[in-house]
Amino acid sequence: MSYPEENEAALHRTWSERPGWLGWLMAVNHRTIAKRYLVTTLLFFVAAGIMALLMRLQLARPENTFLDTDRYSQLFSMHGSVMMFLFAVPIMEAVGVYLVPLMVGARNIAFPRLNAFSYWIFLFGGLMFFAAFLLNTGPEAGWFSYVPLAGPDYSPGKRTDFWAQLITFTELSALVVSIEIIVTALKMRAPGMSLDRIPLLVWAEVVTAFMVIFAMPAVMLSSTFLITDRLVSTHFYNPAGGGDPLLWQHLFWFFGHPEVYIIFVPALGMISQIIPTFARRPVVGYLGLVMALVITAFLAFGLWVHHMFATGLPPLGMSFFTAASILIAIPTGLQIFCWIATLATGGQVRFATPLLFVIGFFFTFIIGGLTGVWLGSTTLDSQLHDTYFVVAHLHYVLIGGAIMPLFGAFYFWFPKVTGRLLSESLGKWNFWLFFIGFHVTFFPMHALGLDGMTRRIYTYGADRGWQELNLVATVGAFILAISVLVFIVNVIVSLRRGALAGDNPWNASTLEWATRSPPPPYNFQFIPVVESRDPLWQKGERRHVVGLSNEVRSVLITAIHDAQPDHTTTFPSPSLWPLLSALATTGLFVGSIFTPWAVLWGSIPVAVGLIGWFWPSHRETEINRRLEIKPESPAR
Amino acid sequence: MNHSALHPAGLHAAQIAHLGLTFLIVSCAVYVMVIGVLLAVLIRRRRRGSDPNTLSRSERRALIGVGVAVGITTVVVTALAISEFVTRRSLEQDTGEPLHVRIIGHQWWWEVQYSSDSGAGQVQTANELHIPVGRPVQLQMTSQDVIHSFWVPNLQGKRDLIPGRTTHISLVADQPGRYEGQCAEFCGFQHAKMRIVVDAQSPADFDAWRQVQLQSAREPVSDLERRGKQVFENSTCVMCHAIQGSLASGTIGPDLTHVGSRSSIAAGTLPNTPQTLVLWIANPSAVKPGTAMPSAALSGEDLRSLATYLASLK
Repeated sequence: MSYPEENEAALHRTWSERPGWLGWLMAVNHRTIAKRYLVTTLLFFVAAGIMALLMRLQLARPENTFLDTDRYSQLFSMHGSVMMFLFAVPIMEAVGVYLVPLMVGARNIAFPRLNAFSYWIFLFGGLMFFAAFLLNTGPEAGWFSYVPLAGPDYSPGKRTDFWAQLITFTELSALVVSIEIIVTALKMRAPGMSLDRIPLLVWAEVVTAFMVIFAMPAVMLSSTFLITDRLVSTHFYNPAGGGDPLLWQHLFWFFGHPEVYIIFVPALGMISQIIPTFARRPVVGYLGLVMALVITAFLAFGLWVHHMFATGLPPLGMSFFTAASILIAIPTGLQIFCWIATLATGGQVRFATPLLFVIGFFFTFIIGGLTGVWLGSTTLDSQLHDTYFVVAHLHYVLIGGAIMPLFGAFYFWFPKVTGRLLSESLGKWNFWLFFIGFHVTFFPMHALGLDGMTRRIYTYGADRGWQELNLVATVGAFILAISVLVFIVNVIVSLRRGALAGDNPWNASTLEWATRSPPPPYNFQFIPVVESRDPLWQKGERRHVVGLSNEVRSVLITAIHDAQPDHTTTFPSPSLWPLLSALATTGLFVGSIFTPWAVLWGSIPVAVGLIGWFWPSHRETEINRRLEIKPESPAR
Repeated sequence: MNHSALHPAGLHAAQIAHLGLTFLIVSCAVYVMVIGVLLAVLIRRRRRGSDPNTLSRSERRALIGVGVAVGITTVVVTALAISEFVTRRSLEQDTGEPLHVRIIGHQWWWEVQYSSDSGAGQVQTANELHIPVGRPVQLQMTSQDVIHSFWVPNLQGKRDLIPGRTTHISLVADQPGRYEGQCAEFCGFQHAKMRIVVDAQSPADFDAWRQVQLQSAREPVSDLERRGKQVFENSTCVMCHAIQGSLASGTIGPDLTHVGSRSSIAAGTLPNTPQTLVLWIANPSAVKPGTAMPSAALSGEDLRSLATYLASLK
């Protein structure tokens, strides 16, 4: 065997998951975990989509009795909560978990066992939430759970407690994933990938991860206050006990508005990867695009009050939040102009499905962005707030701004993940049905809102004259559903019979396309050395790192700003402890819905799980000591 | 028409609609320009090959275009923000001595109280707000239970009713008419059936209405009505409802002193007729699941007389 073959075989031995079902439960590879995240989040997406279809059926005609108010309240609360907490945020992070290590030339994500833990926590939280819903204990106070409606007096029973605990689950998993992404992107980049050479999707994921870290504590705090109000009779939100219902709104929206950008910013990163690939040139205004992401993240924390304009706040405060809300149009506009400029100065455009979805983004998102400026005006918002106009706006920005690019990303990176291309002809059907279905569903809602139709109503009187547009919206929702069905068929068919992709089917420029499709367990046989922003478009021989051990999970750690090699470290091997710790944590979380004592007794198994997790094994210690190299010269 | 923000019937709604038109025109222009450029870029055929290293030479020219577009964006959003501030300032200006009305939100109905001018008694009603045309009305609002939001699109934007706080909003109607409103903040199972109607009347009609409302309830005249009053006073109705001039003085449910004068019952859920009253009183949960009103265990005859009595309370 030649050296490269030997090296590859050794890497394979070292980095592969263990075989068998136990090995399946012990998996720590970032791509294994990310694929599980993707499949799980997409199942939740389909489930929440079906809930939306049921609601559209109920609203298709006035005074409909298809759903009663109890069922309808649970459905819209589930739809919002699942789409936000169990689909949109985690799927954007899953894309990051899959792509960030590949794009920066790393062998795995930082803290791989924590990564496995985050998935299990996410899965168990989601399963708990759906189990509660199927047992008629789904949330009934909306995905925003305004108090006092969600408080102990007006939402008796356990419905809201399951909702609040879902927040705890998903926030925990989102927080640890964010830490992994930040550490991977800042400390594990291939040598030479200085800060100004980081792919824009990685920048977007890093910015998002920082937003998660700053936003999530607010909602964990507010939902914990809610649980204690409900479980042990604290009075955080009870005006009769000195609390304040508006405290909930401030805390919730301090998280809730950045949440929108947590979903949207990764999608911007995806667009910044797809457009240059199809325009055949480096993106225009790289620095501006990075700054726009960072500015968006900062501004996102200064907007939360525009969800509360109707509560009657002081005028000066309103002016501040109006200005901040409208200001965000500038960095967003900058990005759109940079992308158009990239297309304008690039080569002949090929209209493949990933690009079609990105073009759909332009047509759709810009409408949502403009209506967002309307909603930033307190005056207009006083008419539009809590009406179907807002329902239209939020779906234009979230579906148009995030889900359309996400579908583009599916078509773009599917060959990397599976080795096969998705069918282009089914892809065109997927896109056009999606685009048409979307606008037929949501465009009429602007008019409905202006005509006085408020949100979250389970029925409306025939005297209102809303039935025609509602019927149109329902028809559109089914077109949208067919489009998603086409996508699922496309995935199933292409997995078996899709065209083989090769390493780099789109002739793209970033590192994930430098390795095989799908990548081997160690991602890269040799860690590449990066010398430009678009390494695969660079002419001449590509250099790589040598000297990393292939006997242990050795990874290279580099400096934050210029990615100079700093030291190597050994990554942990597959382990069952993340799963066991997640099970113990789940026991604690679910138990505390019923009794506060679960926090006390439940912490014992969690502690046992974490001790087992970090217990060093003899074998690994031995190998590490054998491989330890004394530095030849003490000074560096 | 009578529940649309696009058909303003009052000063505030008109100013908001005017600002909305400005935003709409600007938005359409921006959209057409951006999408127009995008389409032109996409449709244009070009023969520049596909070598990224040669294509990237046009960066400088592209950046100038981006800079100009960002500059225009900044000017446009600044202009929009200024027009918003100007409109809000003019909306906040006082326009004369207002009529003060207190509105209290309940799951799921609106309690409406007119403070007494010149020492006359207080008028209490529910789910209907009568206002004189041309005179500003200052609403002081709070909630008894959860957060609600008062919204009558033809007249003014919405304002929340928050327990433990008092919020204010003023509105004025320019033309007589009946304007539909609805609770805009999700407030539980019957959020959909929490409607309110604003009846804007000429000042003379309003005063006449108010004089009627100030009086105690009309005494029953027919035997059926007399029996109805007896049924009312001897059943659980009195625990929650009040009728001025009878023994009933409950404060949990709507005041029924002049219930017969209202156009609908159960916050716009049913038209107000003796038949619908029977339907409602016999089994409120069938009409409005989750309502706090219990069903009354009354015989058919008692129900009919009670409904007749209530309908007579004009």
